[in-house]
Amino acid sequence: MIRRVLPHGMGRGLLTRRPGTRRGGFSLGKVEDHKRVLWFWVVPNLRLCVLQDPKPWPTLAGQWVGLGKGEYLAVVDAPPLDLRFNPSGYLLLASEKDAAAMESNVKVQRQEGAKVSLMSPDQLRNKFPWINTEGVALASYGMEDEGWFDPWCLLQGLRRKVQSLGVLFCQGEVTRFVSSSQRMLTTDDKAVVLKRIHEVHVKMDRSLEYQPVECAIVINAAGAWSAQIAALAGIGEGPPGTLQGTKLPVEPRKRYVYVWHCPQGPGLETPLVADTSGAYFRREGLGSNYLGGRSPTEQEEPDPANLEVDHDFFQDKVWPHLALRVPAFETLKVQSAWAGYYDYNTFDQNGVVGPHPLVVNMYFATGFSGHGLQQAPGVGRAVAEMVLKGRFQTIDLSPFLFTRFYLGEKIQENNII
Amino acid sequence: MWDLVLEDRRINSLRLVAPMWNGRIRGIHRLGGAVAPEGNQKKKRTILQFLTNYFYDVEALRDYLLQREMYKVHEKNRSYTWLEKQHGPYGAGAFFILKQGGAVKFRDKEWIRPDKYGHFSQEFWNFCEVPVEAVDASDCDINYEGLDNLLRLKELQSLSLQRCSHVDDWCLSRLYPLADSLQELSLAGCPRVSERGLACLHHLQNLRRLDISDLPAVSNPGLTQILVEEMLPNCEVVGVDWAEGLKSGPEEQPQDTASPVPA
Repeated sequence: MIRRVLPHGMGRGLLTRRPGTRRGGFSLGKVEDHKRVLWFWVVPNLRLCVLQDPKPWPTLAGQWVGLGKGEYLAVVDAPPLDLRFNPSGYLLLASEKDAAAMESNVKVQRQEGAKVSLMSPDQLRNKFPWINTEGVALASYGMEDEGWFDPWCLLQGLRRKVQSLGVLFCQGEVTRFVSSSQRMLTTDDKAVVLKRIHEVHVKMDRSLEYQPVECAIVINAAGAWSAQIAALAGIGEGPPGTLQGTKLPVEPRKRYVYVWHCPQGPGLETPLVADTSGAYFRREGLGSNYLGGRSPTEQEEPDPANLEVDHDFFQDKVWPHLALRVPAFETLKVQSAWAGYYDYNTFDQNGVVGPHPLVVNMYFATGFSGHGLQQAPGVGRAVAEMVLKGRFQTIDLSPFLFTRFYLGEKIQENNII
Repeated sequence: MWDLVLEDRRINSLRLVAPMWNGRIRGIHRLGGAVAPEGNQKKKRTILQFLTNYFYDVEALRDYLLQREMYKVHEKNRSYTWLEKQHGPYGAGAFFILKQGGAVKFRDKEWIRPDKYGHFSQEFWNFCEVPVEAVDASDCDINYEGLDNLLRLKELQSLSLQRCSHVDDWCLSRLYPLADSLQELSLAGCPRVSERGLACLHHLQNLRRLDISDLPAVSNPGLTQILVEEMLPNCEVVGVDWAEGLKSGPEEQPQDTASPVPA
């Protein structure tokens, strides 16, 4: 396996580095996603940069649909990709003060082709009689192509397709970058030091042995641990307030997901319901099991050092909100729970995409703060275009570049659940 | 879609391909004809897999053929917007269904079906302001994109998608525009429809008859039937006996309540 790594630097396919795929996160995190978010979460922040030319390009919707139905990922001799997609939609509830923001969000979504309906509390009670609409002013409900799926299936499907195209995978931990520096002058005659990474030392698991891998490009998609990788490359070593001293503001934040059983709970048609308080839940399977949780506030943030689950958090902070919204949840029994990490961007909770201005061959695709899965196909395409063509083509993600941390230009993401 | 290739149950789809491939490359993509015995097909399959694993050109050829298959289905399902502009939504939708091999019934008219050569009578162009009442799209290659044409038929009352191999959960989530008029829906035998897609049928509140028999992708048919019946209280859900899978035999009956406790 080590020998196969050697031609990788020259081979095709991008080499994505992450310190082992086993440490929590991803498939153990929230096992759901929703499709419209590719417009919703990304597009409201891209209001300045709408799709450049409206050619008959498979829309973002078409791409996600093609991906989800396995057409893009079809491999000879393998069964078709089944994402276990539940097209039941998302039901987002808004209180009085959030109603205006929700309306404008829905407007942007509809512009991009999403089929979202806005419902009043009466319509909500009609459609879903198990809901208690106290405190709800407006609700948005995705009608088509929206729901949740199994991220593990998507990961395996992507891996399988990519392996069939010739990419080699290897696992290990990145411990060192070997780079070279060059002093250059900007157009204003200011001296700047540009770095280029030449080698990555990948340490084998449970061993001191490491493999130096020569590479042309390094893409930092390390999720919650991206900041450590960036620090290895020397990003952030410099006087604070300068570009050299700007660190990557991504840190791991622990989130809990609980599974409970409630025999009288909402029926098969239940969408993923996100309450005004931030608590969310959805059905899991056919047997009256539900899955949900809530993001803690800044003061309640748990320690991300381990993945231990705090069951008191469910009792005190999640269950009351669920029981208020769905009276049937007053009797429930927690079956299991797990924890996972968000790659939380402390700056503006939105992703970082694109190259670093000083370390010229490191590209970022991280910091999505819980929206990584739903933005992954778009971001993957954008980074591929950046690497191959040097600029974004399909969607202009330049507001998400690293330089915004230095310039202080926030694109705040308000809808982290 | 590859279950069509690796499992030879879908004889109707093999019928579509055999006439084209009889010439030169028969058997590389589709595994022979429908009448080849089981043992022969297994041997062909492993030889093909062996060749694909060891030779890049065989793999590339099979990949190309796979992409071509997908492209053909995609072509069949393109949207007839120009037809809609000329003849209205009902005409365009009816033409789409008839071209795929399905049958169409306009209101107060007889069923129009294509014959075995795929030809159908063109007289429906004369009355394409009449709404289409019923569509029988059984065994057609309708997929997610092709539903665009079907969803134009706003007053459709009965839709049959039996044994459509490309209809899956994504397609079911698109059916809600027909909620006002659709009364009868049949999904029997669709290999890709699972209970996740059935969950989004709750928009169809006017549905009176739903056929969900013989859905191989549904994990628990009896329980799914119960949950769908709860979801659509006014609808008659046909297809699965809810007791399917439940064992009932003398050894399972409770014995302590039947006979008195011996003193």
